[in-house]
Amino acid sequence: MERTTIDLWVGIFAAAGLAAMMGLAMKVGNLTTSGIGETYAVTAAFENIGGLKARAPVKSAGVVVGRVDGIRFDTKTYEAIVTIKIDKRYEFPKDTFASIYTSGLLGEQYVGLDAGGDTVALKNNDKIAHTQDAVVLEKMISQFLYNKASETGDTKSGDKKQVGEK
Amino acid sequence: MLKRLTKLLQGIGSRMLERMWRLGAAARFFFYTMVYSGESLRRPQLIVREVYFTGVMSLIIILVSAFFVGMVLALQGYNTLQKYGSSDAIGVLVALSLVRELGPVVTALLFAGRAGTAITAEIGLMKATEQLSAMEMMAVSPIARVVAPRFWAGVISMPILATLFSMTGILGGYMVAVPLIGVDDGAFWSQMQANVDFKEDIVNGFIKSCVFGVACTLIALFEGYDAPPTAEGVSRATTRTVVISSLAVLGLDFVLTSFMLSP
Repeated sequence: MERTTIDLWVGIFAAAGLAAMMGLAMKVGNLTTSGIGETYAVTAAFENIGGLKARAPVKSAGVVVGRVDGIRFDTKTYEAIVTIKIDKRYEFPKDTFASIYTSGLLGEQYVGLDAGGDTVALKNNDKIAHTQDAVVLEKMISQFLYNKASETGDTKSGDKKQVGEK
Repeated sequence: MLKRLTKLLQGIGSRMLERMWRLGAAARFFFYTMVYSGESLRRPQLIVREVYFTGVMSLIIILVSAFFVGMVLALQGYNTLQKYGSSDAIGVLVALSLVRELGPVVTALLFAGRAGTAITAEIGLMKATEQLSAMEMMAVSPIARVVAPRFWAGVISMPILATLFSMTGILGGYMVAVPLIGVDDGAFWSQMQANVDFKEDIVNGFIKSCVFGVACTLIALFEGYDAPPTAEGVSRATTRTVVISSLAVLGLDFVLTSFMLSP
């Protein structure tokens, strides 16, 4: 008799563990929507992808339409080839513009798709021709500093000239 | 002077040798447990009984502490995040820290204290009262009858307990963050869902808890089996179980995390 009660408790214990695992997968890890149904793959070449990672979202007009499937480096063109998987439900014209954006100031990076006006749609294994690289903050800052320095340098040399003329 | 030094060196040497001896014995013990577990797996009734004692009986302490850990995480996290204006990220903070680290680690520490000590004391007393030798006399292997079922019960219970810990902790964090502090309900869950990855976070936490289950149960079993058959010996073995298990869990946690984060 006691054995059966122990069996019952162990059964409840195991079921609770399974339920917690399901809860973690569905409610916390969101396994349900991360696996988008049927997809088609397109590639895009970027000169600089910044901090883009595999599994980063692909958004169009702010809606997640796909995920970055893989990133590799092409030794012939020295560019990063990003493979994107887009949900079959969404079709994009052939001249779609792919750019790498950052969500917020310090957030994660994602690929943004801006639809063009072509009547032919992107198909599986197509390549997106128009891309825009990620903005690298260090480059921008150094460019800014360089400009600033050359500006002040100009004014200083200008002053000297004026002095010399006098 | 020289005499004292040699004595000191002798002491260190004999202690190290003793440790090595025990480590080797533990490895041999693990091997025997594996060899005999086929026999005990054919009698699942024994394992179910032990799962009841190690898993189900630990449930209350695990769940209550998980609830409090989650609540404290939410309170502390909110305090800091709110300074940076990102209090919506509280759900991510609670979920990631629980699923990745606190769930497996705190469960393992509690498990060592609650179930590990019980295993050590039980087996140590069995040895002291010569029940194990009696089994051997009856041609029943004590490893197959006593040790292996407890080992598998611990290995099964630990991941279940850790998963329940994570889930309860997240619910505790939710209770504090949403009704008490007033973080938006939708932001709490959606941020969590966007940033917790099933494979990277949940499965890795699960693997961690499995490893901790093996380590904790094995240490508890070995300490009990190896305890000197006296009252003092059993009490010392019980203390050692808690100390060594806790250190092993924390050390293993570092090693596993460095493996999991590297690629």
